[in-house]
Amino acid sequence: MRQTDVVIIGGGPAGLAAAVRLWEKGVRDILILEREHFLGGILRQCIHDGFGLTRFGETLSGPEYAGRFIDQVLEMGIPYLTDITVIDISADRKVTASSRDGILEIQAKAVALTMGCRERTRGAIGIPGQRPAGIYTAGVAQSYINLQNKMVGREAVILGSGDIGMIMARRMTLEGAHVQAVFEVQPYASGLPRNIEQCLNDYGIPLYLSHTVTDIKGAERLEAVVVSQVDECMQPVLGTEREYCCDTLILSVGLIPENELSLAAGVELDSRSKGAVVDENHQTSVSGIFAAGNVLQVHDLVDFVSMEAESLADSVVRYLEEGRLATCMLAVKTDANVTHAIPQKISGGEDFKLSLRVRRPVKNAFIRLSQNGNIILEKKMPKAIPAEMIQIPVKARKLNKESDLEVSVVW
Amino acid sequence: MVREFTCIMCPLGCGLRTETRQGERGEEILVTGNTCPKGKEYAVQELTDPQRNIATSVLVSGGELPLASVRLTHAIPKDRIFDVMGEIRKRKLTAPVKAKEIVIENVLGLGSDVIATKDIGKI
Repeated sequence: MRQTDVVIIGGGPAGLAAAVRLWEKGVRDILILEREHFLGGILRQCIHDGFGLTRFGETLSGPEYAGRFIDQVLEMGIPYLTDITVIDISADRKVTASSRDGILEIQAKAVALTMGCRERTRGAIGIPGQRPAGIYTAGVAQSYINLQNKMVGREAVILGSGDIGMIMARRMTLEGAHVQAVFEVQPYASGLPRNIEQCLNDYGIPLYLSHTVTDIKGAERLEAVVVSQVDECMQPVLGTEREYCCDTLILSVGLIPENELSLAAGVELDSRSKGAVVDENHQTSVSGIFAAGNVLQVHDLVDFVSMEAESLADSVVRYLEEGRLATCMLAVKTDANVTHAIPQKISGGEDFKLSLRVRRPVKNAFIRLSQNGNIILEKKMPKAIPAEMIQIPVKARKLNKESDLEVSVVW
Repeated sequence: MVREFTCIMCPLGCGLRTETRQGERGEEILVTGNTCPKGKEYAVQELTDPQRNIATSVLVSGGELPLASVRLTHAIPKDRIFDVMGEIRKRKLTAPVKAKEIVIENVLGLGSDVIATKDIGKI
């Protein structure tokens, strides 16, 4: 069986950034496994700009952002395989992958989980009605239009105000389609404000909050969708139905970390983030298996994906040098106003970066970190929205090593 | 005159408010709500001459993929977006295509180049 120091599962922004950082720190025995034919992950189809402002100080398109890392991987000569799918990871870090050349088995010292996330589908949200063609998730529509040169439709309605949905509203408009409206079931948008401005407002596409699709009509191709208002409990309000004739419905209704392989390895998942439970070293509940990027938590910006993966690489270097990393004993607990927080475990003895999202929009709030009732840090948030991932650096000197860390939003 | 809009310069998405009024030296624009100087610049630009960058694709023959992604090197006036889309649509490339390659120089005389943002290898 092949022996490798670090196997990286997925050659998207997280995997590439982890590989480059490992190489820079002197680790040479690396292998990136990518299931697609090209490196770059989802960025290859994200042709719009707006990436890289934090990581590179300039705004780039998705392919350019990925290209920065791919160029480094190629220059450094970091080993990678494409067209190969990992089908199993064991708790003792045996990685099994399948390709046209057959089955590849690798014993790794460390495994980096960087598989990214998946889109929620019509089935996941259970929209009733007929099952015609013409219903796509935003990412699938993006792949058809931007990679395969196939237009998905002419008269579109978008359900969900995720960033990719809004970006596809603009993209389809530029390609000559008519986008009638974006409907969002929540009372606030789930994507970033700048995308509401530059993808919807710029093209006169209305956004309706507290609305959802309650019926789908069409025998072979989609003919119409029925949209209803929803109440505070997100239940459709009878009598508010409106029918929209369209041939295309784009769904942008959320992303879920892709953790089938993590589960196979026995990695404990967090029901809130849908990703692994990790400590301040990005190590999962299984020693030597680490996670970063969208497989760990769905990010708002790819810049933070790269930076999280770089931080993972720093920990992997220490793991390889020391043979193991000490178990972190303190839990990070959150109140009901926080959707999830990463990491879920800390030692109390190291600096770390806390990432979290708020459950609903709040104004003039504080994010409060406390241990045993003592406030150790408060971050003032003039405005906090669920669309934005909040990151707070925490210094070890402020922490004790005895008490769990409590994270709350107060106002 | 008062206008309110969202800044698009970074993901923060500040709520900008502009107030135009007659001052001693002619028309003045007062900007509030911005967190950084870029926001103020954007607000003034948005009021006087709104501009946007666009990203789309160009057909490629003989390549590993049928399309090469492109963007503009500089923002163009917002009301010329569809004119520029029309120009880009007329263009066809032959593989190989290199990222940063100029696809259309100074498109429609607007002072912005259309450049490729992706390598497309030859098959």
